[in-house]
Amino acid sequence: MSDDKARESAGAQFRKAEATAADPLSEIMELQMGPSHPACHGTIKFHLRLDGENIIACETEVGYLHRGFEKMCEQGTWNQAIPYTDRLNYASPLINNFIFCEAVERLCGIEVPERASYMRVLLSECARISDHLTCLGMGATELGAFTVGFYMNEARELLYNMSARVTGARVTVSYGRVGGLARDVPDDFADMIRAAIKRTNEVLRDSEKLLERNRIFTDRMVGIGLMSQEQALSFGLTGPLLRATGIAYDVRKAAPYMVYDRMDFEVPVGTKGDNFDRFAVRFEEIKQSIRIVEQCLAQMPGGPVIADNAAYVLPPKKDVYGSIEGLMNHFKIIVEGIRVPAGEIYFSGEAANGELGFYLVSDGSGRPYRVRVRPPCFYGMSALETMVKGYMIPDLAAIFGMVNMIGGECDR
Amino acid sequence: MEWLIGGIESLGVILVVLTLSALLLWVERKGSALVQNRVGANRASVLGIMPFNLGFMNTLMADPLKLFTKEDFVPANADRLGHALAPCIALFPAIVTFAAMPFGDSVSVAGRVINLQAVNLDVGLLYISALASMGVYGIVLAGWASNNRWALLGSIRGSAQMISYELAMGISLVSMILLYGTLDMQEMVRSQGKLLFGVLPAWGVFYQPVAFLILLTAGIAETKRVPFDLPECESELIAGYYTEYSGGKQACFMLSDFAEIVMVSGLVTTLFFGGWQVPYLDSNAGLSLPGMTPVALPGALITALQVGSFGVKVLFFCCLQILVRWTLPRFRYDQLMNLGWKKMMPIALLNMVATALVILLVEQGR
Repeated sequence: MSDDKARESAGAQFRKAEATAADPLSEIMELQMGPSHPACHGTIKFHLRLDGENIIACETEVGYLHRGFEKMCEQGTWNQAIPYTDRLNYASPLINNFIFCEAVERLCGIEVPERASYMRVLLSECARISDHLTCLGMGATELGAFTVGFYMNEARELLYNMSARVTGARVTVSYGRVGGLARDVPDDFADMIRAAIKRTNEVLRDSEKLLERNRIFTDRMVGIGLMSQEQALSFGLTGPLLRATGIAYDVRKAAPYMVYDRMDFEVPVGTKGDNFDRFAVRFEEIKQSIRIVEQCLAQMPGGPVIADNAAYVLPPKKDVYGSIEGLMNHFKIIVEGIRVPAGEIYFSGEAANGELGFYLVSDGSGRPYRVRVRPPCFYGMSALETMVKGYMIPDLAAIFGMVNMIGGECDR
Repeated sequence: MEWLIGGIESLGVILVVLTLSALLLWVERKGSALVQNRVGANRASVLGIMPFNLGFMNTLMADPLKLFTKEDFVPANADRLGHALAPCIALFPAIVTFAAMPFGDSVSVAGRVINLQAVNLDVGLLYISALASMGVYGIVLAGWASNNRWALLGSIRGSAQMISYELAMGISLVSMILLYGTLDMQEMVRSQGKLLFGVLPAWGVFYQPVAFLILLTAGIAETKRVPFDLPECESELIAGYYTEYSGGKQACFMLSDFAEIVMVSGLVTTLFFGGWQVPYLDSNAGLSLPGMTPVALPGALITALQVGSFGVKVLFFCCLQILVRWTLPRFRYDQLMNLGWKKMMPIALLNMVATALVILLVEQGR
């Protein structure tokens, strides 16, 4: 409802401005910003009405990266949907992977081995760190602080290398499986993570020094893109955007999944809901994620990384090539897919941008009947107009940077 | 003979400035890489002989070569004449300002006194500030002729910014004129050759630290670089006033930016850091450390040291500006205007009035 109101007031403002348009200086300039604008990632368009550089209306057009993710998932088997989930939020693909698997597992009612759960939490937090590093680095770059962006990219690179070592790919990881993980991690896994964490800590320290008490930076961020708690809730915002307004809602705490209930971490919140709070919340979340990673490394149990359940999990290669039962099992799962019991489920987890939810419907065949995604940044994009109205073009770049719109996830 | 010497000097200055500007492009690329823990430009090599990578020489040649062989694209509804004229207008003043910049003391060769300054102008400072403010025309014209709203926004920002910061810059120049009592750049440098309290070189910066900070800040704003790169900032205006420029014309804009960096560095050096003066080195008496008898040095060595000192100081300020660029984020348009009009201009004015009062009191005390 408040969205309608916001649009109405923009229209009213525009008409008012038009009424005084006899003065050529008060003419409203219409400007198409994007999709091929450096700040628009090639995946979004803003239709701006400008009074000078002040934004009086901003129509947001999403969908330039629409691939039909949900329909594509319904064409294949359940496991074949996993590579598609890599491409949702491509800054933190592991989180999408694991939340999708977790949703299917709950629909099937299978238990994941403890080691796999720990590994999922650990890798999810690494992905969250690299996602936040991307967002903060790019956000700082939008303000002209290129160096911070490159520092953060450097730390992210170590995490990507770790991801490549573990999963075989930097972005298109496809590492989750229904029932656990595709394979166990290599031996030097813990060392790689510790090295990456060490560098991330250094980068955070350097970036804090460069930005925290930098007057230009705080002037550009404090009080910009304000959003009240009521507005944030009415737009359905989650994640850092919601927490910046002061509401400590985090799915990892509100409805713990995997082994998040065993982790000791805090949910950082902001006070004003402005751009600086969004930045600070993400910054602090990186530190909390590092805490979780360290706890995971300390508590990590041994054992298998995938459930021993012939109905849902591929048999080991030894059985496929060595026994007729194994071969048939493999064949049935590959060709027909796992037979998820008929039913429906909504499961959500905390992705880097907020609540990432999967609504899955199974008709008992080997393929999903319906896959629906709740992409967290899509809601941020609907709130963007409210955030930018009354500010200037430079603020639009800054606010949009802090919304952290990821095309793959938003447009699906 | 006079015109020949003048011609050689002018040509030399233009070549040095252009080379230095192109060199700065390499310094910027490698320097930013150094700041940001990257490798930086390392692809260009002569005939593919990488072991003999001549470092900056390759980039120095490869960058302009690439830019000038690119397609020169003019948008359909652009004003073709204005579009072509704008980069020239932007580049021209940035280069010719150097004519009045003294890079060494006068030397006598074969009985003829040669002033190491392309043109010996009585009104050198006036000439420099007049030409420096010409640069804004290139930007306005570029934005207007491109027929592109982003370019227009960039040129509006650019003209507002450059005019506003020229005020603070001009006022701080006035306090320097009051201090030196001349507009002649060479005279200004000469009067900085004395010693303050017998130990400190009498550089302008020790008399006028406030004017120095304002001039340097306004100078960075004039060069349109971070944190004042609003007319061309990538994340907001694509490329600002030169959005619709490519190839050689864009190279001209880039070159004019770098030439302006050299210009600002030269101005700061000349006014505040003794220009070509080497501390404790006198053109006639040679090296004279405080409390020691002067050591005579050959004239050629003194001249070389002085010209070298000017070059080192200019390079230092060029690097400082590049370092600033890679450290700070950028202002917003209104914050920039607030800083220029509400902070820098009043401070510059107060500084000028204070300078005038002190000079008056000193004069009366004599």
